[in-house]
Amino acid sequence: MAMALTLYTLVALPFLAALVIALTAGASRAVHAGVAAAASAGGLALLAGLAGPVIGGAVPSATISWVPALGLDLTLMVDGLGLMFAGLILGIGLLVVIFAHFYLYEGEATGRFFASLMLFQGAMLGIVLAGNVLLLLIFWELTSLSSFLLIGFWQHKAEARQGARMALAVTGGGGLALIGGLVLLGQVAGSFDLAVILARGAVVQASPLYPVTLALILIGCFTKSAQFPFHFWLPHAMAAPTPVSAYLHSATMVKAGVFLLARLWPVLAGTEAYTTIVTSVGLTTMVFGAGVALFRHDLKSILAYSTISQLGLLVMLLGFSLKLAALAAVLHILNHAAFKAALFMAAGIVDHETGTRDIRRLGGLAKVMPVTAVIATLAAASMAGLPPLGGFISKEMMLDETTHMALFGLPWLVPVLATIGAAISVGYSLRLAVHLFFGQPRDAQAFARAHDPGIGMWAPSALLAALAVLLGLVPMTLAAPLVGAVTAAVTGAPAPEFDLALWHGVNFALILSLIAVAGGALLLWRHAGLLAAWERAAHLDAKAMFDAALGFADRWVRKAMVALHTPSLQRMLLASFAVVVVLVIEGALRGGGVLTGTRPGIPASPAGIIAWALLIAATLAVVKDARQRLRVLIYLSVIGLMVSLAFVRFSAPDLALTQIAVEVVTVLLLLLALNLLPKRPPPLSSDLRKWRDAALAITGGALVGGLAWAMLTRDPGASISAFHLANAKPGGGGTNVVNVILVDFRAFDTLGEIIVLGIAGLGIFALLDSAARGSAGARLARWQEDMPHSSERHPMMLVVASRIALPLTLTVGIYLFLRGHNQPGGGFIAALVVGIAFLLQYLAAGFDWSDRRRRFGEHQMIAWGVLLAMATGLGAAAFGAPFLTSWFDYFSLPLIGKFELASAMLFDTGVFLTVLGAVMLALAQLSHIAQRAARAHARSHEGGEA
Amino acid sequence: MTFADHLPILPIAIPALAAPLTLLLMRRHPGWAVGVGFASCAAMLVCALTLLVQANGGVITAYALGDWPAPFGIVLVADRLAAIMLALTATLALIALLHAVITGIDRKGWHFHPLFQFQLMGLNGAFLTGDLFNLFVFFEVLLIASYGLMLHGQGAARLKAGVQYVVVNLVGSALFLIALGLLYALTGTLNMADMGLRVAEIAPEDQGLLRIAALLLASVFALKAAVVPLHLWLVRTYDAATPAVAGLFAIMTKVGVYALIRVVPQVFGEGAGAAAWAPAPFLWPAALVTAAVGFAGVFTARTLSEQAAYAIIGSTGTLLIAVAGWQEATLAAALFYLVHSTLAGAALFLVADVVSWRRAGAADNCASGPDFSGRQGVGLLFMAAAIATIGLPPLSGFIGKLLILSSATALPQWGWAWSWTWAVILGTTLIAVIGFARAGSAIFWKVSEGAATTPPTSRADYAAPVIALLLLAALAVGAGPATAYAGAAAAQVLDPAASVRAVLGGDAA
Amino acid sequence: MTYEFLVASSIGVLVAGGIYLALRARTFQVVLGLTLISYAVNLFLFASGRLVLNRPPIWDKSVADYTDPLPQALVLTAIVITFGMTAFVVIVALRSFLETGSDHVDGDAVPTDGAEETGE
Repeated sequence: MAMALTLYTLVALPFLAALVIALTAGASRAVHAGVAAAASAGGLALLAGLAGPVIGGAVPSATISWVPALGLDLTLMVDGLGLMFAGLILGIGLLVVIFAHFYLYEGEATGRFFASLMLFQGAMLGIVLAGNVLLLLIFWELTSLSSFLLIGFWQHKAEARQGARMALAVTGGGGLALIGGLVLLGQVAGSFDLAVILARGAVVQASPLYPVTLALILIGCFTKSAQFPFHFWLPHAMAAPTPVSAYLHSATMVKAGVFLLARLWPVLAGTEAYTTIVTSVGLTTMVFGAGVALFRHDLKSILAYSTISQLGLLVMLLGFSLKLAALAAVLHILNHAAFKAALFMAAGIVDHETGTRDIRRLGGLAKVMPVTAVIATLAAASMAGLPPLGGFISKEMMLDETTHMALFGLPWLVPVLATIGAAISVGYSLRLAVHLFFGQPRDAQAFARAHDPGIGMWAPSALLAALAVLLGLVPMTLAAPLVGAVTAAVTGAPAPEFDLALWHGVNFALILSLIAVAGGALLLWRHAGLLAAWERAAHLDAKAMFDAALGFADRWVRKAMVALHTPSLQRMLLASFAVVVVLVIEGALRGGGVLTGTRPGIPASPAGIIAWALLIAATLAVVKDARQRLRVLIYLSVIGLMVSLAFVRFSAPDLALTQIAVEVVTVLLLLLALNLLPKRPPPLSSDLRKWRDAALAITGGALVGGLAWAMLTRDPGASISAFHLANAKPGGGGTNVVNVILVDFRAFDTLGEIIVLGIAGLGIFALLDSAARGSAGARLARWQEDMPHSSERHPMMLVVASRIALPLTLTVGIYLFLRGHNQPGGGFIAALVVGIAFLLQYLAAGFDWSDRRRRFGEHQMIAWGVLLAMATGLGAAAFGAPFLTSWFDYFSLPLIGKFELASAMLFDTGVFLTVLGAVMLALAQLSHIAQRAARAHARSHEGGEA
Repeated sequence: MTFADHLPILPIAIPALAAPLTLLLMRRHPGWAVGVGFASCAAMLVCALTLLVQANGGVITAYALGDWPAPFGIVLVADRLAAIMLALTATLALIALLHAVITGIDRKGWHFHPLFQFQLMGLNGAFLTGDLFNLFVFFEVLLIASYGLMLHGQGAARLKAGVQYVVVNLVGSALFLIALGLLYALTGTLNMADMGLRVAEIAPEDQGLLRIAALLLASVFALKAAVVPLHLWLVRTYDAATPAVAGLFAIMTKVGVYALIRVVPQVFGEGAGAAAWAPAPFLWPAALVTAAVGFAGVFTARTLSEQAAYAIIGSTGTLLIAVAGWQEATLAAALFYLVHSTLAGAALFLVADVVSWRRAGAADNCASGPDFSGRQGVGLLFMAAAIATIGLPPLSGFIGKLLILSSATALPQWGWAWSWTWAVILGTTLIAVIGFARAGSAIFWKVSEGAATTPPTSRADYAAPVIALLLLAALAVGAGPATAYAGAAAAQVLDPAASVRAVLGGDAA
Repeated sequence: MTYEFLVASSIGVLVAGGIYLALRARTFQVVLGLTLISYAVNLFLFASGRLVLNRPPIWDKSVADYTDPLPQALVLTAIVITFGMTAFVVIVALRSFLETGSDHVDGDAVPTDGAEETGE
């Protein structure tokens, strides 16, 4: 338990620190740095407590179940490998925090800086301590995100923004590949628990999915560790503040890929594919990176490429799949962390104190900044692999291992190339030290202001340089136990016999390493000439290629998207209709069955055929004359009439009534709207388009007609409506079954239906209320100019009609409402009829009258209607029955006699109110607008005559 | 029957009462109206959570409206899936309403609050009803309310988009009715559970009609879910709508997805002859394309709200990729991701609103503008919302995508088809990363010359998006129970017999 | 000729005309198209109860069998909803014209052939 607490605290500390710093963003630089340093130091202390047992072979771990469905648990474990990396992360982290405190200026956004830095530290710790590969993934992505923030810290610099985005794209993209790889790995291994996976190497390598898994995981590792050809993001990440480079791009993040290779060594390593790919990629990267580093001038750029090269070396060693090579890698990780972080800090100091990082403008700095010179030179020497420094030991081991490795069946290939790579790295290391600190100052002004920084700034790098020296002088005492434990963890087996020492006697490796040193010296001696040659030669710029690719994708994807998404209703509808037509045809073909059923048809009466002919004709007329607005309305009402006649003929009186009523209201609405729509005849579409649409339309019509035919010619099966017929009177208290269904069996539908109408009314009101203002208002004022008078006549006809209609229709409406439950009728129809009565008045009696009636309170009617309907429904609940349960009974009064009262009637009243309110609201508001236009028009005319 | 027995009707009754009340109050006592609005949403949330707990036992509560026994009357069915959707809706509603009130857009036109409540009534009804025609009615309710909300505040852009949105959906409704007519003609029933039983007895010569009905219905739902090529209406609509409304609309495409998940296994499952799983073979490829198109849009979008609109399409596509597996594992992943992506989409719209509000002139264009107050803070909000949408840790999207990926490989009958799913999901994720990083760095990092816009007095406008993002974090932390619940819900959905027993009584099954 | 054929063919013609008009470029034409489609859809839904002569679903002791009342109820609901929707779309179209000065369905400023062709 205590162990679990330790582990979780260890990982949680940096995140807490980040939170604290973020919350105290206003505080001073010292506070932020202090919190960060404290967190790192605390972490180190906790880790130190674990070091003993872990090196002794123990693997403390703790787990909390998180997402069982996924196999994702909060499992942490510390073995040798985790211990070493955690130590590097926290130790170098602490030094970097101290360095950064002095490097950053007061007033810079140190809160944001240290918060992101701690976020990164936490994520990094998570990676190396995760005991569950999915958990590892989470932390892996977090490092990409936090490094995005860190690289882009100086937001105002374009190269910082670009560098951050590129790093995110590459490492983030690799991370996605890794997600795939690790999920597959877990599924193949049968668990996402790291310990389990590590034990199932044989199973994994036997699986058919192994190649895919390997490829995806390697992409993840190579992108993160900047391996060729994914290396290009790292140099551009140097736009980050130097402390960030020292931390992320030397010791930690870029090592994550190497870490994962080491972590999964027992599962993945050893196969032909693994050895070939990993070794060759590492080797290529090592030589390539070194070569470029030799000819760079920006200190940080030199270091960046040297890092790429060194990472290549590590990857190559792991690729050998040999235990001793793994051991060499482990040792070199330690060395590299020490000297490279030291060098980055030194570069930062030089930049800080001289104002430039261009090695061509610097030189002879040893005189003015001796401390820095000593530190940097020692570190560079270790990087060059010169005795008596740590770098020498690991490099010699590396060269020794290359002799055991035959790539592509060529035993000489790896040693030769590795030696060349080593020689070049000697070259750039020496150049770094020599051109920077010795010889003559090249730029007086940079030289003039140069001086050693305060101890706070050089102490961290000094410490690291000292470490680099000690790793060379007393490797066995200092590193051997750790290296042994780590190697054991990496290889999943006891570490092989090994002896870390500067002198193993004269052997092949020593010769190779001497050749390398000599070659390096030669390179430095001839550097000027080589540089000229290099600069003459043409180079592929990976960044340019990356940008070009992205730009290309951007341009063409955008073209495609814009082309596809032109906001065209015609295209939307075309797509919808086309899809449906295709699906219907597919369904018919795949589903099988017959078109015409067995139900005997009803011979049509002549009247029926005439009506049919009228309907068809009217439809065609609508299509043909769609531009003759008013004529079209007449055709439309003919169609409506025919439809309602059909309803009458086929025993649906309610439908007929409703259809007619709706018809009238719709036509009224269209009349009013047409008044205001432009009369300009629309242009003709291109013939091609017309034919295409016609073809689609005819197909669609044929299909739907066919469906109707198929439906009508089949005998109905047992329907639930039998129950409705049987229970309408006894259960619903009404003889008009349709009405009982509407207000009782399926009253819930009706509730929704009236609410739809109510909303439509409200929406229309909201739409039209603003029509009098803005450009709409202006256009209304200019109304008449757009349209001739022709539309005025029609309301006049209505005027006459309405005079007679009003009282009549009102009575009809009430009558329809009352009898609704037992005979055709009901609240909805009644409301429409009454509504029509009023609307005819609106149109007839002119707009002023209607305007006075604006306080009609339609909004309230809608509201109360809905409330009444709801209340009726909830009333049932009050009696312990479900929502909308109806109640009815028969009473008898003198004179009136026996009559029925049903809760359904109350509900129907709600319907009546809502529908009336909605209809009135919509049409009254519309006529109101029309009236404004008319008024404006009248005014403009008077103005014209005056 | 006690109060508790009425629980299923409350999510519909509460907003149906709140809407007219706010309508009556808004004129004279707007303060009260707003209060009613919040109270209603809060009450809905309480009901939804209660149902969530109630359904967790595996009980499916059927509520017979008008006390008419199913299948003759309309029943509401409250199971795990319905409870999830209700809880999600209520939560989203509270967030959207909060943002609307804080930014004051609820006063920028008529009837925002009644329309908002009616919208919720429509949504809740659609999630609860067990009757196919009633589903249509509630679709209409939520649609016409959404027309009103989408046009709220109006202006040329909204009106242009509005015409298209309304027309497209009218066509969708027509198709819905045709499908309903066919199904009634074939089965003689409207109750989903009952229909699921009756399709099994369809005569061979009617199989074609049945399959057609299934495909028609599926295409209607696909239109609502904005599946390519039926997605063209979405971008302009959501882009034009007031962000608070667009935030609420994040659930609208999910209604289509929900309908598919609800109807296909229940009605067109194993027993449905020629219509068995009819939409499945079309859904999967369409979903792949939808995800690709959506995130390609995220990559090319010119404004944050346009980007958010495309993100909605993309995430719906991702969601449907999982749905199209029709296995318990994939469906469970889908349900988890559904909840996540809805909240994430909303958060993105709200952040976009905060940005355009604070950047004034520069609005939410993906280009540098003058410095503005809260640039770092809003930048963090945007980054979080983007992370959520992309599906990166530490927010719940990552878990959702992991679930989808791992469930895809578990499909036995698919062979290597899963690799397509993987390629699309991982590929679109990368595209989204690049797209959001570019937009974010242009807006929040790159500062062009010009006076800083005057700082708003408060950070109140952060509230709604922050809450949404916190919920996503909570969803990540609580992913264990959440995924468990989603799994149980998926199992329940794929076992129609259970709901048949609950709705029609033991003997029917 | 049977009534079944008359009804089915009418539905077909209405749908064809509706689709064609719905694909035109002017809001008014589109509204007409939707109206035609909604007539067809109402008829279709009604047809799902088959065609029966002189059997109105008005309960009466003397009458034994009736036409199927349920589709009628559904159609009633559908008619009402469609009515609300049509009214709304008409107003939106009108309002959009008033705001933008164009009655092109895409709100394109210059309603010409060219503008219509932008659909492609």
